[in-house]
Amino acid sequence: MHEEKTTLPQLFWTFAKIGVMTFGGGYAMLPMLQREVVESRKWCTDSDLLDYFAVGQCTPGIIAVNTATFIGYKQRGNIGGIVATLGMVFPSLVIITILASVLTAFEENTYVQMAFSGIRVAVCALITVSVVKLAKKSIVDVPTLVLCLATFVLMVVFSLSPVIFIAVGILWGLLFSFLKEKRRKS
Amino acid sequence: MTYLLLFWEFFKIGLFSVGGGLATLPFLFRLAQTHPEWITVNDISNMIAVSESTPGPMGINMATYTGSIVGGIFGSLCATLGLVAPSIIIILIIARVLEKFSDNRYVKWAFYGLRASVIALISYAGWQVFRISLFDGSHIRLVETALFAVFLVLMLKLKKVHPIVWIGIAAVLGILLKLPS
Repeated sequence: MHEEKTTLPQLFWTFAKIGVMTFGGGYAMLPMLQREVVESRKWCTDSDLLDYFAVGQCTPGIIAVNTATFIGYKQRGNIGGIVATLGMVFPSLVIITILASVLTAFEENTYVQMAFSGIRVAVCALITVSVVKLAKKSIVDVPTLVLCLATFVLMVVFSLSPVIFIAVGILWGLLFSFLKEKRRKS
Repeated sequence: MTYLLLFWEFFKIGLFSVGGGLATLPFLFRLAQTHPEWITVNDISNMIAVSESTPGPMGINMATYTGSIVGGIFGSLCATLGLVAPSIIIILIIARVLEKFSDNRYVKWAFYGLRASVIALISYAGWQVFRISLFDGSHIRLVETALFAVFLVLMLKLKKVHPIVWIGIAAVLGILLKLPS
């Protein structure tokens, strides 16, 4: 779906905004993406976002960048993918380059540390809300519930590579969809 | 020449680190060995600390920081573009393929399972933040946990409020309550 309505500056600035508001890496970006890309701009759905994250997990590179490229591509093709990604990295480039010389002093500042302890608590709550929202649409039956719970427990206990669970998810999806189809036919 | 080398080194990191920001770490440590004149292990631990308290994806912040130490503004640009170039190329190819096969039933079946896995992986990433912020070893941090509960209830009630507002409030509360790091 290449909608004419989305302009390249819109893509750039939306992702720049998401880049500025994301503290603490890839998954902390999820609540911001949901708000900006799904709810405000309606460039994709919650399920699309999950699909992009899934692909981003098992392809090289940073998940934030992979997701931006995906959404940009959907809107405006190749150039859209590139522009969205550049938008995403633009704030980091500016902020880190400016702060580079004073960054350690900034990080060691007591008030900055206290503020970030607070921010982490809010990020916990934001991620919880996001996960609940996503789960409502994707945990639709017993097989998906079992898969999700088992994956979470195994990750907590063994912290294996996510790639393994992506592979398991694909096989699990194929297997149970196949069984469902067979049952429906018979 | 340094700029080209920066681009190339980070291009390789972008190409080989699968699974997000922290996956770039082993490659950065390797870079500290191969290019000790660029960064040291000490720089990297500073970078990790700094990346957590500045906006943006951690991997990007690390590339920008290294680039700017080595070659100023243009250096940070080269390193960052090098890091994202492989992702852009690979994702554009995958997006095209997926678009073609999006109605394929096997692709649909695969994503039906995949989405459940990804929710678990996201929950796991959330769990890591929980462990640092709400627990101190095996002890629960009471103030933080209470704050978390209040935030959660408010967020579910006031759905219209933008996430960044909650982050702003949390930063102020962190300072007012003198939350330990």
